[in-house]
Amino acid sequence: MTDALLDIKDVVVEYPSKGFRKKPFKALKGVSLDIRQGETVGLVGESGSGKTTLGRAVLGLAPVTGGSIKYRGQEISKATRAERRVLSHEIQVVFQDPFTSLNPSMTIEQILTEPLTVRKVGRQAANERVAELLDQVRLPAGAAHRLPREFSGGQRQRVAIARALALDPKLIVCDEPVSALDLSTQARVMELFIEIQERTGVAYLFVSHDLAVVRHLSHRVAVMYHGEIVEWGDGEQVTGAPEHPYTQRLFMAAPIPDPDRQAQHRADRLRLLEQQREQDVQAGVA
Amino acid sequence: MYRFVLRRLLSGVLLLFVITTVAYLLLYAGGGDIARRIVGPTASDAQVALKASQLGLDRPLVVQYWDWLTSALTGDLGRSWFNGQLVSAGVSSRLSVTLSLVLGATIIAAVVSVVVAVWAAVRRGWVDRAVQLVGVLGFAIPGFLIALGLVSLFALNLKWFKATGYVPITTSFGGWAGTVTLPIVALSIGCIAAVVQQIRGSLIDALRQDYVRTLRARGLSFNRVVYKHVLRNAGGPALAVLAVQFIGLLGGAVIVEQIFALPGLGQITVAATGQGDIPVVMGVVVATAAIVVIVNLIIDLAQGWLNPKVRLS
Amino acid sequence: MIETPLAVPAGAAKVSLFRRLLTHPTGVVSMVLLVLVALASVLAPLLATHDPNTASVQQVLAKAGSGHILGADSAGRDVLSRLLFAGQFSLAGALLALAVALVLGVTAGLAAGYYGGWFDSASSWLTGLMMALPGMVVLLAARAVVGPSMWLSMMIFGVLLSPAFFRLVYASVTAVRNELYVDAARVSGLSDVRIIGRHILTVVRAPAIIQSAMVLGIAIAIQAGLEFLGLGDRNIPTWGSMLNDGFINIFKSPTLVLWPALVIGLVCIALTLLANAMRDELERSRGPVKKSRKAAAAEAAADAEGAADKRGAAAVVHADEPSEDDGEILLEVTDLGVAYDQPDGSTTHVVNHVNLTVRRGEVHGLVGESGSGKSQTAFSILRLLPQGGRITGGSIFFEGKDLAQLSEKEMTQVRGKRIAYIPQEPMSNLDSAFTVGSQLMEPMRVCLGISKAQARKRALALLARVGIPNPERTFDAYPHQISGGMAQRVLIAGAVSCEPDLLIADEPTTALDVTVQAEVLNLLRELQDELNMGVILVTHNFGVVADLCDRVTVMQTGRVVETGPVRSIFNHAQHPYTRQLLGAILEDTAPRGQYTLKELKGVTS
Repeated sequence: MTDALLDIKDVVVEYPSKGFRKKPFKALKGVSLDIRQGETVGLVGESGSGKTTLGRAVLGLAPVTGGSIKYRGQEISKATRAERRVLSHEIQVVFQDPFTSLNPSMTIEQILTEPLTVRKVGRQAANERVAELLDQVRLPAGAAHRLPREFSGGQRQRVAIARALALDPKLIVCDEPVSALDLSTQARVMELFIEIQERTGVAYLFVSHDLAVVRHLSHRVAVMYHGEIVEWGDGEQVTGAPEHPYTQRLFMAAPIPDPDRQAQHRADRLRLLEQQREQDVQAGVA
Repeated sequence: MYRFVLRRLLSGVLLLFVITTVAYLLLYAGGGDIARRIVGPTASDAQVALKASQLGLDRPLVVQYWDWLTSALTGDLGRSWFNGQLVSAGVSSRLSVTLSLVLGATIIAAVVSVVVAVWAAVRRGWVDRAVQLVGVLGFAIPGFLIALGLVSLFALNLKWFKATGYVPITTSFGGWAGTVTLPIVALSIGCIAAVVQQIRGSLIDALRQDYVRTLRARGLSFNRVVYKHVLRNAGGPALAVLAVQFIGLLGGAVIVEQIFALPGLGQITVAATGQGDIPVVMGVVVATAAIVVIVNLIIDLAQGWLNPKVRLS
Repeated sequence: MIETPLAVPAGAAKVSLFRRLLTHPTGVVSMVLLVLVALASVLAPLLATHDPNTASVQQVLAKAGSGHILGADSAGRDVLSRLLFAGQFSLAGALLALAVALVLGVTAGLAAGYYGGWFDSASSWLTGLMMALPGMVVLLAARAVVGPSMWLSMMIFGVLLSPAFFRLVYASVTAVRNELYVDAARVSGLSDVRIIGRHILTVVRAPAIIQSAMVLGIAIAIQAGLEFLGLGDRNIPTWGSMLNDGFINIFKSPTLVLWPALVIGLVCIALTLLANAMRDELERSRGPVKKSRKAAAAEAAADAEGAADKRGAAAVVHADEPSEDDGEILLEVTDLGVAYDQPDGSTTHVVNHVNLTVRRGEVHGLVGESGSGKSQTAFSILRLLPQGGRITGGSIFFEGKDLAQLSEKEMTQVRGKRIAYIPQEPMSNLDSAFTVGSQLMEPMRVCLGISKAQARKRALALLARVGIPNPERTFDAYPHQISGGMAQRVLIAGAVSCEPDLLIADEPTTALDVTVQAEVLNLLRELQDELNMGVILVTHNFGVVADLCDRVTVMQTGRVVETGPVRSIFNHAQHPYTRQLLGAILEDTAPRGQYTLKELKGVTS
C-alpha cells in the first residue's frame, strides 16, 4: 500500500520567450519526486528555484514539455480542461496570497460553492457543505454571507483552505500558504493543516521558502535550486544533516532565534563557507 | 537608442503605408457608382461609362492603386475631379493654417495642463476639487460649441476679435495672432481638460510610490523630488494622452475652421466630401496620416528619452 | 505602494451601482435630465405643436411668440417641434453607434484578453490602425463615398469607437486573468465560459457602462458636428442641422443657434457628469479593498483570533537594564501618538503612548506583527508619514531637538545627514527613470555639498563597500537591470553615504532570499560597527533579532508591551503577548517525523 499517489518523473517545464529566435526559458530541468497517500512532501528553495513552477505544473497551470506526472498511475501532465474537471475532485490548491486568491466581489458562500457547481450539487446540499467546511476550518457560520475584505489575512486563508477541501481531495498543492501571515497566525494555520491531514488523510505538496515551516510540517523534503532538485529524502535527515553543499548553505543561513546560539551559528556558517570554497578550489571549479 | 529610433521610424512608415492602402481601396472601390454619382442619376449609361474611363475608374482597382502610389511617391497626388487643380498644391497651401491651429493648441494645452495639474496634485484640497470640476465641464462640452460660444461672445458681441478671415504669419504677426487666438482657445479647452485629468491622476499615483519616501529620507526636499523625479515618471502617460488628444484636435480643427472661415485643410475636405471629389479626399487622408505618424514618432522618441524601460526593451 | 491604514467598514453589504448612484447629487441630476430629454423625444408626436418638416414662407425666421414658442427657422419650420423630433434621430443614431462599438469592442476584447495568441496581436495592431486617424476625417472620407445617410455614418463611427471598448475590456481581462482566484477556478475545473462569466465579466461590467456614457456623448457631438458642416441628411430634423441653420443666420436671428446648442451641450454635459459620478462611486466601493491589508491586520489584532485575552494584560512590562558602558542617548521618544484621519471623518489611532530610547552604537529591534504600529513609529521619527497621518502627541528628542516640532525645512536638513532610512522592498524604492549612480550621487551632493566628480568617486567606493562585484557597471545601470539583492545593497549604500548617526531599517531583509539575507545582515553589522551608528531595526523575524539586536521593544496594536536587553526578552519574557509570539516560533520545534500509514484515521483506499 505504498504505491505513490503522485509520481513525478524528469519533468521539464519551458516558457517560450518573447523574442523571435531566443531560446525558451527552462524553469524546471528534469525534476523527480513522489508523494504517498496522507503524506506531506515539503518543497523548499529560494526565488527562481522553480518550486512554485513545480506546484503549478501538478495543477496544470504550467507548460510541461518533458517527463511525466502520474496521479494514481494516470498521466496528467497534458490533461485537457475536461479531464482537469474530473481531477479537481482529487487535486486542489491553496495559494500564498490571501488577499488576491479570493474574488473580492463574491461572498464566502459563493466562493465555497463555486467548485461544487461544477459537480452539479443541489442548492440544499451545497449549503450544508458550506456549513460543514466553515466548521472544519474553525470559522463562524455567519461568515458565509460576508465579503472577503471583511476578514483578516489568516481568516481569508482559512476560507481558501475550506475551498480546497470542498471536493474532498486526496492531494492539496499548498503554494506558500503561510508566508504572507503573521507569526502567531502562521502557527495556528499550520496546526489546522496538520489537523486536517490527520483527520482526512489528505496529502500535501507543501511549497515554501521558510525552512522552519517546511521542517515542522513535512515527512519528506525536497530542496530545489535553479530548476533542479539537489536533495531529496526524509525531512529529519535533510533538514538536520544535509549532504548537498547548497542545502548545507541554505540551512546554515537561517538565523536561530537565540542570541548566543545564533552567534555560534554565525561562526559555524562562516567556517562552512570557507570549507566549501576550499573544496571548490581543489576541485578546480572556483 | 538607435535601434529604438529605427524601429519606431520603420513602424511609422509601415503604418502610413497601410493607412493609405486601406483608404485607397475603400474610397475607390465604388468604381462605376462613383462615375454615376458625378454625372447624376438622370445620365445615360453611355455617359457614365465615358466619365468612368475619363477618370480611369474602369481599370482594375489594383492597377489604379499602383498608378496612384507611384505618382504619390514623387509628390503627385492627382487632380481634383471638379476643378482640375493639383491635389498636392491644394493640400500643401492649406496645411500651414491647420497646423498652426493644431500645433498651437497642443503646445498651449501641454504647458497649461502641466502647471494646473501639478498645482492640483500637490496642493489637493479645494484647489484640486475646483480643477476637477472645471475640467469635467471643459471635457464634456463639445469643442465646436465652445467655439460657437467664443465667436458669439468675443467676436460678434464684444468685437475684440475678427470673427472670420485669416492673416498669414508671414504678413503680420499681430494680424495672425488676432485671427488664430479664438480658434486655438476653443480647441485647447477640451484638450486641456482631458490632459489635466490624466496628469493629475498619474501625479497622485506617482506621489504614492515608495521611492518618493526613500528619496525624501535621503534628504531631498519635497519640491525637488516632485519636479525632478515625479514629473519625469508621470511624463510618460501624459505624453501618451497628449498623442491621442492631438489626433482629436486634427478632427476638431475641421469644424473650427468652418466656424472661423479659415482656409485650412478642413475647408477643402468639407467641399470635396460634399461633391464626392475623391482624389482631394484621398490627398487629405494622406496628409493627415503623415502628420499623425510624424507627431507620434516625436512623442515616441520623447517617451524613450523619459523612460529607460521603453528605450531599452 | 505607501499604504495608508484605513478603517474597514463594518458589514459592508453589496449594494448595486445604481442605488449608490442615487446618493450622488450630480449623478441624480444628470440621470433626471437625460431621462427627461429621452422622454421628450420619444413623446415628440404628442408634445410637438407643429409638423417638424412643414415649411412656410411667411414664418421664415419668425421670432418667439404665440405662433412658435421658440420661433421658426430659415425655412419657416417650428423650432420647438424640430428640436423634439430631432431628439429621436440624434439619440437613436448615437445609440446605434454605441451598440456597434459595444458588440465589436467587448467581444474582441474578451477573446483577445483571455486567449491571447495571434488574435491578441492582430486585434492590438488593428486597434492601433483604427485609432491613428481622427474620427472626423474618417467620417468625412466615408461620407464622400457612401452619401449622406446618418445611419450609415453612425454605424461606421461605431466601428471607429470600438477600440475604446476593446482597450478597456482587454485591460480588465488581462489584469484579472492572472489573478490567483482565476487560477483556483481553473484548478476546480471550471470551463472558460464559466470563468469569463463569473469572474471577468463582473470586473468589466461597471467600467464598460461608464465608458458607454462617455461614448454616447462623443457620438452625439460628432454627429452634430457632421450635420453642422452641412453634410448630414437634409431630409430629417437633427440638432446639428438646426445648429448649422442657426449659425448661417446668426446675424438675422441671433437666438436661433441658441436652442440646439443648449440641448446638445446639456446632453453632453449630463452624460459626462453621469459617467464621472459612476466612476466616483466605483472607486469608493473598491477603495477599502486595496488598503485593507493594514486595516484588516489591525482588525485581526482585535478580533476573535485570540488577541482579546492578551489585551487584558496590557500593562507595559520593563525588563531590567544592566549597566554597561552604554553610548550616549541618540534618540528619545516619549509618549508618541500617531493617528490617521479617515474620509468619513473618524480618526484611527495607530500608535499610542510609545516610549523608545536608542543609544549610539546600539542595535534596537522593534518587533511586532502587522498592525502593531512599528513601521508607523519609524516613519514618524523621520516625519515621513503617508497622506492623512499626523503625530498627535509626545516628543521625539534627537541630538537636542524635538523632531516632532521641527518645520519641514529643518527636517530636510536632518534626513539623510543625521538620520537615514533603509526600506523593505528594494525594487520599488528606486526611481526607475534614473540610473543607480545618479540616484546615489544626487542626495550626497545635496547633503555634503560636494562636486559631481567627488560624488562619483564616493558612490563607487560605497558600491564596492557593500559588496557589489562590478561597481562601475551597477553605477551605470537602471534599477530594472539589477537583482533584488543588489538593489537592497544599493539602498544600504545610499543610506550610509552621508555617515548618519541614526539608521532606521524597516524590515530590510524580509523581501530577500535567506542566503542573501545572511549576507545583508553581516553587512549591516559591519557598517554599524564602522560608523558607530545607533540602529532601529523594524522586523517581525526573531531570528534576525537574535542575530543583530542589542535591545528589543515589542509592540502590539500601537502600544509597547515589553522592552529590554535582547537576552532578557528571549529568555525571560514576561508579557503574555511576547510569550505568545516566542511560542509561535517554529525554529526549535521537532521535525514532522517518519511517515506511517498508521497515524492516519479514516483513510480510504
